[in-house]
Amino acid sequence: MTSYSVVNSRAPRLDAPDKTTGSAVYIDDITLPGMLFGAVLHSPLAHARILNIDTSRAKKLPGVKCVVTSDDAGLVKYGVSPARYDEVLFCYDKVRYVGDEVAAVAAIDLETATEALSLIKVDYEELPAVLTLEDAVAEGAPLVHEEYARNIGAEVHHEFGDVEAALAECDLVLTDTFRNKRQDGAFIEPQGCIAEYDPKGNLTLRSSTQSPHYVQRTIAMVLGVPIGKVRVIKPYVGGGFGPKVAANSMEMAACLMSMKTGKPVKMGFTREEVFLYGRARHQFVHTLTTGVKKDGTLMALKNECYLEGGAYSSFGIATIYYAGSLLGGPYRLKNMKYDGYRVCTNKPACGAQRGHGGVIARAAWEQQLDRIAEEIGMDPVELRLKNMMEAGDVSCNELKMNSLGMRECIEAVRDGSGWKEKKGRLPKGKGIGMACGFFVSGAGFPIYRSETYHATVSIRVSEDGGTVHVYTASAEIGQGSDTAFAMIAAETIGIPLDSVSISSGDTEFGVDLGAYSSRQTLMTGHATKEAAMDVRRQILGVMARELKVDISELDLKDGLVVFKHGRVDYSHVRARYIKEHRGWQGLARGHDPLTFQEAARIAYLARGTIIGKGKYKPGDLGGTHKGAAVGTSPAYGCSAQVVEVNVDMETGKITVEKMTDAHDCGFAINRTSVEGQMQGSLSMGLGEALFEEVKFDEKGRILNSNLAEYKIATSLDMPNVTPIIVESHEPYGPFGAKEVGEGAIMPTIPAILNAVYDATGVRFQELPLTPERVFMALRSKERKTQQSTGEH
Amino acid sequence: MKTLINLKINGREYEVAVEPTKTLVDLLRYDLGLTGTKKGCGTGECGSCTVIFNGKPVNSCLVLAIQARGAEILTIEGLKPAQGLHPIQQAFVDKGAVQCGFCTPGMILSASSLLKKNPNPSEPEIRKALSGNLCRCTGYQKIVEAVQSVGKDDERR
Repeated sequence: MTSYSVVNSRAPRLDAPDKTTGSAVYIDDITLPGMLFGAVLHSPLAHARILNIDTSRAKKLPGVKCVVTSDDAGLVKYGVSPARYDEVLFCYDKVRYVGDEVAAVAAIDLETATEALSLIKVDYEELPAVLTLEDAVAEGAPLVHEEYARNIGAEVHHEFGDVEAALAECDLVLTDTFRNKRQDGAFIEPQGCIAEYDPKGNLTLRSSTQSPHYVQRTIAMVLGVPIGKVRVIKPYVGGGFGPKVAANSMEMAACLMSMKTGKPVKMGFTREEVFLYGRARHQFVHTLTTGVKKDGTLMALKNECYLEGGAYSSFGIATIYYAGSLLGGPYRLKNMKYDGYRVCTNKPACGAQRGHGGVIARAAWEQQLDRIAEEIGMDPVELRLKNMMEAGDVSCNELKMNSLGMRECIEAVRDGSGWKEKKGRLPKGKGIGMACGFFVSGAGFPIYRSETYHATVSIRVSEDGGTVHVYTASAEIGQGSDTAFAMIAAETIGIPLDSVSISSGDTEFGVDLGAYSSRQTLMTGHATKEAAMDVRRQILGVMARELKVDISELDLKDGLVVFKHGRVDYSHVRARYIKEHRGWQGLARGHDPLTFQEAARIAYLARGTIIGKGKYKPGDLGGTHKGAAVGTSPAYGCSAQVVEVNVDMETGKITVEKMTDAHDCGFAINRTSVEGQMQGSLSMGLGEALFEEVKFDEKGRILNSNLAEYKIATSLDMPNVTPIIVESHEPYGPFGAKEVGEGAIMPTIPAILNAVYDATGVRFQELPLTPERVFMALRSKERKTQQSTGEH
Repeated sequence: MKTLINLKINGREYEVAVEPTKTLVDLLRYDLGLTGTKKGCGTGECGSCTVIFNGKPVNSCLVLAIQARGAEILTIEGLKPAQGLHPIQQAFVDKGAVQCGFCTPGMILSASSLLKKNPNPSEPEIRKALSGNLCRCTGYQKIVEAVQSVGKDDERR
């Protein structure tokens, strides 16, 4: 058993003191001299042709410095995936949803900018809109984009094995259709940015983004600025969960207006605009057919999915693949067929949200597995134990599980929750349910096709020794990545955590694809570790020469140089250090152990500034079928959950009373942060299961674009979670670490669904489980029971 | 037309000219540079702009600056002692109650208000007191644990 000094501990987060005192700086806290304030004009109509845009009155308003439309921005198409670039900065031919961006204004203050928006006159010719999946794919429906026939922007068809033949051999085949509702990210900090264009042609954008790298590329492409002149800096970010990954139109509008005015331009979404911009979880309608043998062996899965994606593709091209490729596992399943259709509607675009693409598929399937267990008379835990994958298994769609603590997770939640004593023995209205899940530890490939490294890291050792500074373009958005990388650097070099500082979230620090697909701990962690190894090697190399020993005799641990085989005379090294620091207090003297500080100083004197470099990209992954890239990852996290609920049989109100969650994160770099990701994921899953739904009226306007009517879990809704960390020591992870941030949400919704069934005897195939929906279902079941008893 | 008002923030007297439509959160953040008070919705839903107003926690986005005439206000900046952290702040650090940190100042001020009234709150009492402060990151558990852990005999809280 390796003993660690820093990693695997509960070290407090490096950013916590700043965040608890209010001194942490977020985008809206920044003021630049002479800055202007920008605002965006949104379409009031869901679908309309633009006949004319008259900005003349707005331009004349005193205090207005700049008004821009597509005439100024140009018509460069962008999006997330190059395969589906279908957005332009400002609409020019038509608007496609209520909220679509038509123009922007920069003025001396926000009030003036907002007033100027009201003076822009846009003549629209309203077009019929399509607002639901069903309407959008109907024969002759109006098209959101001319190039997407039947409004289907993307479709995927995969088959692995022979599903029909396998189904024919099954003892039980069940089919269910399940649907969720479109979600909002509901991060507490609305998006904001400040663009600053200087006379030398440098464009600096500070933004509340999850991926400075993707934003940098998109801005350079859309605005035609040389990419070397575009710098994106991420201050502290108040949560993201997916919708803040892609470059947004506001960021580009601010850049354009700063270039036009030569002044910094600050912009920020209102809470309503957060909802209007959307880019969160799609609505999915999954029809799943699963076949099993009567001994519980899973044989085949047929998955048909329609995704309601809104007006633009955004992340949807990845979402549609994930909705297929993240089923199958974590079970041994030889035959799987997937048909996915992403459908455009005249609503805000959907994108990525925690558990990207896989959450609703998982909810639908894990509930169906519960149904199967009941039909064949098998305990749901046993059904899963019988079919689960183990380390070394490869799924039918060629996802390779190099480590997988699925059994440990299932057994941990079974034993940790009292499953055996409770399942089937709780009174009416009380229920217990379980589910499993798995998720990627980082997408195997970048969003744009490239051989780029996914992460580069450099570590500079301070010239006077003692402390090191980690530079990474990765995005700390609240998950604790800065602290994790500092811990990895400290452990690898062999110094205490307080000897490490970190700067992140800036494209000047290198390449990092950012905070999405639960990737940073593994990928940026790898690059950090490699850079730290480089630092260590350089310093020990100098020491070996100075002390005339072989480098293999030397080690660094807890900030001290360790001699593996007996003492070595280092008095001349110490004397040099002391000579340089006459009059300084607290220096190591005499026979005190040789310190990292002394060694680092001597290394600098020999070689100049010590800089370690690290990089990471995954090795060859996945199969050769079209779309094989989506779902591949160097490693997969997995988890199991048991949830206990109370259902008020009179009102239909569900209370989640207890959650037991086990997650295999490979190896916990920071145990407190891992638990925090588990608890936070469960909280988001609980909200989605019980409350969350973005609602629209018949004109495509959002009815609940605020956090009072769009309900997320409060401290009164969320129960205590028993978090159990499982460590399967992933061979391809730094120190064995893999993901936790997104995968932990996977089992939550189905575990709640299964618990609600246990409590009520009713299966729900539609989310969210509002009191109204539950009440109606309970009444309907009661009526059916009365009718059938009446007949007998 | 601006109106001149006097108020006390974090123990310091201020004289400021405010427009009749300006909210307290905007006065604090944009006029006085006290950006520790966060603004997440502007309509009293998220609680991230919580400040202590004459001893009571309020959403400062729902208070007009002009209503703060003569008031005593405590923001997150005023809670921190000159050296080190306030015990609640320290508890949030130690218990891992901070993730993105955007709700944290409001959470801490709501917690401080609770602990002043009720030095030994039960878990349900803590959950109720924090129910107006939304957090999307933590699932609340470590926040509740942090508040529970604050030293009961600590005079400074």
